[in-house]
Amino acid sequence: MAALAGAVDSGDTIVREPPLMRSLPDGRRLHLHDGPIDLIVEAFGEAHAIRVAYRAAIERFPTILDELCSELNLLRQPACPGGSWPQGVIARRMRRAVAPYGDRTFITPMAAVAGAVAEEVLSVMTSAAQLSRAYVNNGGDIALHLKPGHHFTVGMVERPDRPSLFGAVRVRSAHPSRGIATSSWRGRSFSLGIADAVTVLAASAAVADAAATVIANAVDLPGHPAVVRVPACELDPDSDLASLRVTCAVGELEAGEVTQALSAGASVARSLCAAGLIHAAALCLRGKTRAVGVPVPEMTVGALDPVASGHGSSRALQSLHLDSQRGRS
Amino acid sequence: MAQDDAVRCDACPVLCRIKPGRTGACDRYANQNGQLVRVDPHVVLDRALSHGDAVVSFLDSGQEWDGTLLSGPDTFVTAIGAGTTYPDYKPAPFIISSQVDGVDMVTVVTEGIFSYCGAKVKIDTDRHMGPERSSVRAQGETVGHVTTSEYGSQMLSIGGVRHLTGGSRKEGNVTCETLLNLCNGKAVELTIDKGASLVVEAGKPPIVDGSLEERMRVGCGSATIGMFAQQWFGKVDEVVVVDDHITGVLSEHQAGKFLGVAPTGIKIKGRRSTPGRYFQVADAGTGWGGTDINDPLSILAEFNPRLAWPGLRLLMVSTTGEDYAFFELDEALRPVEKQLPPELAGSVARIKENCEPALCTVLFMAGAGGSLRAGVTENPVKLTRSVKEALTRVTCGGAPVYIWPGGGITFMVEVTRMPENAFGYVPTPALVAPIEFTLRLADYATLGGHTGHVRPLSSIVPDTDRRALPARADNPWPLSPAPSTRGTRS
Repeated sequence: MAALAGAVDSGDTIVREPPLMRSLPDGRRLHLHDGPIDLIVEAFGEAHAIRVAYRAAIERFPTILDELCSELNLLRQPACPGGSWPQGVIARRMRRAVAPYGDRTFITPMAAVAGAVAEEVLSVMTSAAQLSRAYVNNGGDIALHLKPGHHFTVGMVERPDRPSLFGAVRVRSAHPSRGIATSSWRGRSFSLGIADAVTVLAASAAVADAAATVIANAVDLPGHPAVVRVPACELDPDSDLASLRVTCAVGELEAGEVTQALSAGASVARSLCAAGLIHAAALCLRGKTRAVGVPVPEMTVGALDPVASGHGSSRALQSLHLDSQRGRS
Repeated sequence: MAQDDAVRCDACPVLCRIKPGRTGACDRYANQNGQLVRVDPHVVLDRALSHGDAVVSFLDSGQEWDGTLLSGPDTFVTAIGAGTTYPDYKPAPFIISSQVDGVDMVTVVTEGIFSYCGAKVKIDTDRHMGPERSSVRAQGETVGHVTTSEYGSQMLSIGGVRHLTGGSRKEGNVTCETLLNLCNGKAVELTIDKGASLVVEAGKPPIVDGSLEERMRVGCGSATIGMFAQQWFGKVDEVVVVDDHITGVLSEHQAGKFLGVAPTGIKIKGRRSTPGRYFQVADAGTGWGGTDINDPLSILAEFNPRLAWPGLRLLMVSTTGEDYAFFELDEALRPVEKQLPPELAGSVARIKENCEPALCTVLFMAGAGGSLRAGVTENPVKLTRSVKEALTRVTCGGAPVYIWPGGGITFMVEVTRMPENAFGYVPTPALVAPIEFTLRLADYATLGGHTGHVRPLSSIVPDTDRRALPARADNPWPLSPAPSTRGTRS
């Protein structure tokens, strides 16, 4: 609120762009965009149910960004145990997702913002209509809905800036995972680690989002000369990471160092699995991958035939959805 | 409140403060040298938009939406903003499949970096630009030369590899900047050695030596006589069409003779070519009809008293119809200016009507090099052959191109048919232009295409960087099944 008030007081004209809500040219998916939020939504089921679900999504969507921004200052504060909690339903979901880490590492609720937003939109859709399946993909952080007997196959991208699949995950309704998230220093958000991609499966998208952040931070070689780090605030004055040094370039690494960094991340991932916070994780660095928690869901890590996998397009799709039931479009 | 050099973005309530060279949380707005700019997103032509049935935009219209999704509009992905893989020998950034009338099509989308490129500029004016081969300069640097005159137009060649990389560093940079501006439809100031100074802007009238050139002449003076003789016959005794190239005289001209126009005893100060056609009557200038003449009577000697008669009616008119005067001879056979009779006003207006608007037109011309072609196929020459056989359609930002026959893929495209700001540059210096190759998937496989990298059109859609533009109605739809735009054979 303080930030909003400041801009108004200075007499600036606020040229708030209205949220963009439209169907994609395939006629099946919904594209919802507002500021940094960018959602691809698809529902499956009866035609009427899909309509009802999409209508619920577009009714809910336009206020989400304003809700979050009204508590933005608080959401950018470290989530220390005993600290104050935000009010909004999405903000509280974010805070809840990062709560398990607040006492052992630096983390703010912003680490779960993408997943929490995806979850919110999915939840209004599934409350409004009976859907067989649905997903809300918020730039690679994905909330899933599966009725019994259904599944999704999700491709994993090795480097968000250079999309090619390094693996795929089949999430069946019998598995408890309903959230998938990917974190990387190459992505839109800052990372303290050097992982090219860490993809996490967890009970919800917000929980996966927070965990992916924590694990990606742990894939690291502290003090390594080839890793260039800059205080986050020098890149973005408002970053929740403030003066923490975030990765902005990674030079040559020896094979042993890659293994060492992956092992550090995998160890954290295993402890999160053991604590029941996540179901599985796939870690990727310099073409080397490590899977943790398999085979809870069916996870294939390794080279895939790029045509069969459908191929993804952009850094916005850190993990991309693949609809195995319908084949590729 | 904004500290240091950050810019406050107020496009959304996040209100990012963006440092120079960085983007905000959305990746869509950036700080470029202290200015908040919307980062040019990847351009996608959306045929639906040009048809008027916009992709769902419920909120803008304020209308209630029932949740029904429209069926898929036709979308063509242009190479603008696609990036390039140069100089790597690897697949183009976007290789996109789509179905057109049941046929699987592939569009290979890339941005080419062109060192071998330039602009062919046609300037609709008869005004003298400068001698052939004269240097054309921008900011004092040689960026091209005068080539020739076409009918009613002057031709310049701007850019080319010899100016981009063959001269001094400054010459290369200025050439690159000039080409970039010309091709992106911006006004460019040029001077020609021993000639005119110009302001050239694609699709706009030229400004020659400070004066705006609005119309092309209908033809040379002689041609004008031929075109309008019939309309003048009986309404006037003599017509002189003033032109810096060939000045025409009705009574002496073949067309006048044919109609039986009587000799008038008129004498033109100039070199007679054939009957009724005079060279060197005037020099080029900014006066009548692109000449240096402001008083039309200055080109006439005294009338021959044996042939002329008092009351003889004389029309003098420029080849654009913009300048005209009507005279009658007095008792001493001296022309006296009179009001233009209404029956002649129509013909003068007709000349003017037949003069088309004068424009500068810019054709970008470039050759697709080896590494660009390698991004399309593992065997680049097969792409060349496929283009020549019209199996592969080449477009530039969705605009049709002319492929020059012979070796290589050397193409020309009219820059105003491309989306705005379609061109970029690299400091090499070289121009970056979008180029798309569209062909059947089966043909793509045959020519050794990177079929493993083909992705469906739908996969590019979720990208927030996509910018939808309406397709231009005057461009053929790049994916429609008609054969590629070719010169002589298809």
